[in-house]
Amino acid sequence: MTASTDRRRDAVGQPHRQRRATDQRHEANRLRGDHALIAQWIRPGSRVLDLGCGDGGLLAHLRSQRAVTGYGIELEIDKVVRCIERGVSVIQGDLDAGLADFDTGSFDYVIMSLTLQAVYFPARLLEEMLRVGREGIVAFPNFGHLNCRLQLAFGGRMPMSAALPETWYETDNIHLCTIRDFEALCDRLGIRILQRTVVNHQHRRSLGARLLPNLLGEMALYRFERSPGPTATPHPEPTHDARPA
Amino acid sequence: MAAVLPPVRGDGSVGVVEPRSFRHEQPLALDCGRELPGFDLKYETYGRLNAARSNAILVCHALSGDHHAAGWHSADDKRPGWWDHCIGPGKPIDTDKFFVVACNNLGGCGGSTGPNTINPATGRLWGPDFPIVTVRDWVRSQALLADYLDIERFAAVAGGSLGGMQALQWAIEFPGRVRSALLIAAAPRLSAQNIAFNEVARKAIMSDPDFHEGRYAEHGVVPRRGLMLARMLGHITYLSDGLMRQKFGRELREGKISFGFEVEFQIESYLRHQGETFVDRFDANTYLLMTKALDYFDPAAEHDGDLARALARAQARFLVVAFSSDWRFAPERSREMVRALHTGGSAVSYAGIDSPDGHDAFLLPNEHYFAVLRAFLNRIHADLEVAA
Repeated sequence: MTASTDRRRDAVGQPHRQRRATDQRHEANRLRGDHALIAQWIRPGSRVLDLGCGDGGLLAHLRSQRAVTGYGIELEIDKVVRCIERGVSVIQGDLDAGLADFDTGSFDYVIMSLTLQAVYFPARLLEEMLRVGREGIVAFPNFGHLNCRLQLAFGGRMPMSAALPETWYETDNIHLCTIRDFEALCDRLGIRILQRTVVNHQHRRSLGARLLPNLLGEMALYRFERSPGPTATPHPEPTHDARPA
Repeated sequence: MAAVLPPVRGDGSVGVVEPRSFRHEQPLALDCGRELPGFDLKYETYGRLNAARSNAILVCHALSGDHHAAGWHSADDKRPGWWDHCIGPGKPIDTDKFFVVACNNLGGCGGSTGPNTINPATGRLWGPDFPIVTVRDWVRSQALLADYLDIERFAAVAGGSLGGMQALQWAIEFPGRVRSALLIAAAPRLSAQNIAFNEVARKAIMSDPDFHEGRYAEHGVVPRRGLMLARMLGHITYLSDGLMRQKFGRELREGKISFGFEVEFQIESYLRHQGETFVDRFDANTYLLMTKALDYFDPAAEHDGDLARALARAQARFLVVAFSSDWRFAPERSREMVRALHTGGSAVSYAGIDSPDGHDAFLLPNEHYFAVLRAFLNRIHADLEVAA
């Protein structure tokens, strides 16, 4: 697959063209909103694999702020060059080919931000993330957001928004899901959710998103691990705010 | 090839360069158990060594290369050095920033001690008596050259194909002397298919009636046909099927078939030309030695085949580059090295460049390839400045 991670990235945030213009000026210093939230979850000194690492912004930030080591995987050559320029170790590759080159348990965290919805086999990749890493972290746009529901219910068209700026025929998002969908999948795969944050398109937490995450949250971030085993509690309460609407 | 470029500085050329010679007087013990009683290495340098002596890049050559990696030997030189696309002021290996060292390897035929130099023990040409040399022998001899040039640590050791293998061996053999290693279109060891091609090439040379057990020089002849065949075979493996189709197709020289065995298709003419020009500049015994060095290269062998363990002591930052249409050392071979490197915790970046040019791609300009090299070396250079 030759999907542009650039477009995957624009799934949440400002509309595509607007982002481009600001990107070029500030990219080096500015940490993307989803990355800032993810960075808070990473223990200093840990070893990280960042799937769809883009220009390496998150890894560069984690290296300088949290003494993290690790690698990024990125498909697009221009992004690979940007990573190398900033001294981030990056391996050019396609996530749809899996993580077979990585040993079991070789990372503390495997991160995949705003990319899950654009891969061919999200379930398989989630399992791979937890084979390779002790914990996984994902962020994705919530398709259950009120705005999406209204557009589909009353407009009868595929939703488009700041979070989903592209038409159905142009988008790389082939596996959009809601917060409930994702948690149901985790349940099925024996994945235990350790932490969840639901935010609006400005990456801010709001009362609405806290009370009714699946209805009012535009982006969801999860930290998770493999459930200890079949004998353990099948789905312990995650340490987050509320059950999804 | 930019054969018409005037050999002057500017335009990204290092200009006219002069080879030098390094003489090592002490014996050098070789992997094969024999020793050289001292040796010469022919080398060239481009750019300027900084005061801290920290900005040196060693460029290692592949099977048929030599010390002449960039620039021109005279004002009417027909061809620049073999990596001239890549080395020069403002080029990916930027001689405005780096001091580049390139030498002809032991066993070579570019002026370093090899089969067509004099064996001091006999006063005659070494010929087939020259010991089999390995990639590690080369690296050790290059380290002696570095000592002589007073370079404690290279900012980078870089090479394509067999040159990339030397860069890998450097990182293993002298971890403290290599800040970064660029492994381009290389492999951690040859496959059976690779060795098979080498064996056919060697057999072509050795079965030439003019070979005389390698003592052809004493007979005043050259095994032209054998060496030419070896080069023709090699060339097939350097190009991709797609590129050959695009460049030559089934085009006929005379426009129609002639039902004979003379050259008819353009590809035949191309290969013969490549073979013939090669014979004039290369030595058959050297070709045999180089292919053996390739066959024997296997740094993982001493570690039960575990390359990650072989690389455990490496401290360098690595850049691994492969080309999509390279089937001689395919991208999967590069990913083997990448895998071993990240498994061992080394800093490594990998780029798989889209290119139709087959194995030869590492010698040719390519926007993305050069962008990757530039990005990596700029970063190395920036870190040198910080360290200074």
